[in-house]
Amino acid sequence: MTLLDKITEKILRQIDEAGFRQEGAFNLRHNGIALCHGDSEHIKIKKKEDKPGIDVYIDGDTQGEQVHIPVVVDASGMTDVVYNDFFIAEGADVTIVAGCGIHNSGCNESRHDGIHSFHVAKGANVRYEEKHYGGGEGSGARVLNPVTNIYMEEEAVFTLDTAQIRGVDSTRRETNIVLGKGAKLYVMEKLMTHDAQEAVSNMEVQMDGEGSSAQIISRSVVKGSSSQIFHPKAVGNARCHAHVQCDSIIMDHAQVSSIPEINAKHLDAAIIHEAAIGRINDEQLIKLRTMGMTEEEAENVIIENFLN
Amino acid sequence: MLEVKNLTFKVNENGIERSIVKNISFEVGDGEMLVITGPNGGGKSSLAKVLMGIEEADAGQIILDGGDITSCDINHRANAGIGFAFQQPPRFKGMTVIRLLSLASGRELSRRECCRMLGSVGLCANEYITREVDATLSGGEMKRLEIATVLAKPHKLCIFDEPEAGIDLWSFSMLVQQFEKIHKKKEQSLILISHQERIIRMADRIMVIEDGRIGAIGRKEDILPVLMNTEDSCACMETGCC
Repeated sequence: MTLLDKITEKILRQIDEAGFRQEGAFNLRHNGIALCHGDSEHIKIKKKEDKPGIDVYIDGDTQGEQVHIPVVVDASGMTDVVYNDFFIAEGADVTIVAGCGIHNSGCNESRHDGIHSFHVAKGANVRYEEKHYGGGEGSGARVLNPVTNIYMEEEAVFTLDTAQIRGVDSTRRETNIVLGKGAKLYVMEKLMTHDAQEAVSNMEVQMDGEGSSAQIISRSVVKGSSSQIFHPKAVGNARCHAHVQCDSIIMDHAQVSSIPEINAKHLDAAIIHEAAIGRINDEQLIKLRTMGMTEEEAENVIIENFLN
Repeated sequence: MLEVKNLTFKVNENGIERSIVKNISFEVGDGEMLVITGPNGGGKSSLAKVLMGIEEADAGQIILDGGDITSCDINHRANAGIGFAFQQPPRFKGMTVIRLLSLASGRELSRRECCRMLGSVGLCANEYITREVDATLSGGEMKRLEIATVLAKPHKLCIFDEPEAGIDLWSFSMLVQQFEKIHKKKEQSLILISHQERIIRMADRIMVIEDGRIGAIGRKEDILPVLMNTEDSCACMETGCC
């Protein structure tokens, strides 16, 4: 077992709620190199030969297994680009726990660009959890620019659960998803920015397959002088249905834009978009204060649960 | 327990000052149930909000157990032992029912404890514990949950603003039983704002508020016959309007 330093362990606790262990299938990337990795009977991880990254092969007998592939960057001034591909075989049932934490103690920008592609075969069920976190006492920026491409075959199910709660100065998220016949997509995106942070999230969902469906929920809190832009786009190319819901709480001097785009290219494509931006409701604050909380405590409870 | 002296509350509407609560004085004893009734728009809910600190009094004093709480804010009054159930409770996107009840009780509740609380207000616990307190709950469900948040821990004084509003008959009966149970123990004082005869009949004392003033206050035995024998008053009790 590889010994991990305290900073790495601290970051892993932030980005891997299930608890990172050097057991089963795992790969820990640290400052651009694979610090440790392991395979399981059904999940094999191979290092790419042509570019940085890994190929993860999940066979059809995988049932209820987890694979953990966290990334830690604690070298100030580093730009780490990684290409990870996941091949999930027919009938597999797997949870992939990713996530990236940047600890920047210096004055230079630290950046991680994770380009992840998922090839989900017929009937496979994938849950993908990705948590982003920034820390460290340095003045250098912490930048995370994830790209997520998901290709879903017939009757595949994909749950994408992403969260960026604190410490990331700039993020630009690009997500592209293609759904085959009867495929089901569930997305939960949670984002909080503070101080002068910036976040942009572009998501395009192409529903190509008959009877495919997508549920996309985005919840964000924008504080300080930070800014966020959401651009979810759902395209119905066949008989399908989708529901896109974006809710944002705005505070202080922050700015948030929600730019929904729904596009039907088939008579039986049913796509709904809901978007709401607003400050914390006074009635919610008052209700929690009648339970004995201060205004600040009540505000924190509302935000914590909203992003839960 | 609670002494209210010469309480006045005004609002400013387009530069014109209007008195909503006008120089009201009354007391609530330990373990006593006071039911406040009267026509809509008479100032009952405003009075309740001033007692909880949600609205600020323009004049007068509020004394709880001998301590002047007039200038205390909402959370200090809550920590001093006042509980408050809103007429129209707010919804919380992302918060589960068990989380809200845990916050209300001041500790993490087990599923079993949560079930018991929900059951006491007529909600089938297994269906609700992990539900979000959002727009998926009906007005009646929200109202019962709101009452459960106040019953989640003991208070010196609980204020319920029209607890019956939006609740079906079966749940209302359960609610009445809950109030009777609390009242019987005499451990908590209760102020209930209501138009419902069954609730008014539970009172130790009744206070009628009309146009921001106390129209009548006294023992149930003295006030109820007057309310019941007055045609207008009966209508007021049933419909809440005069």
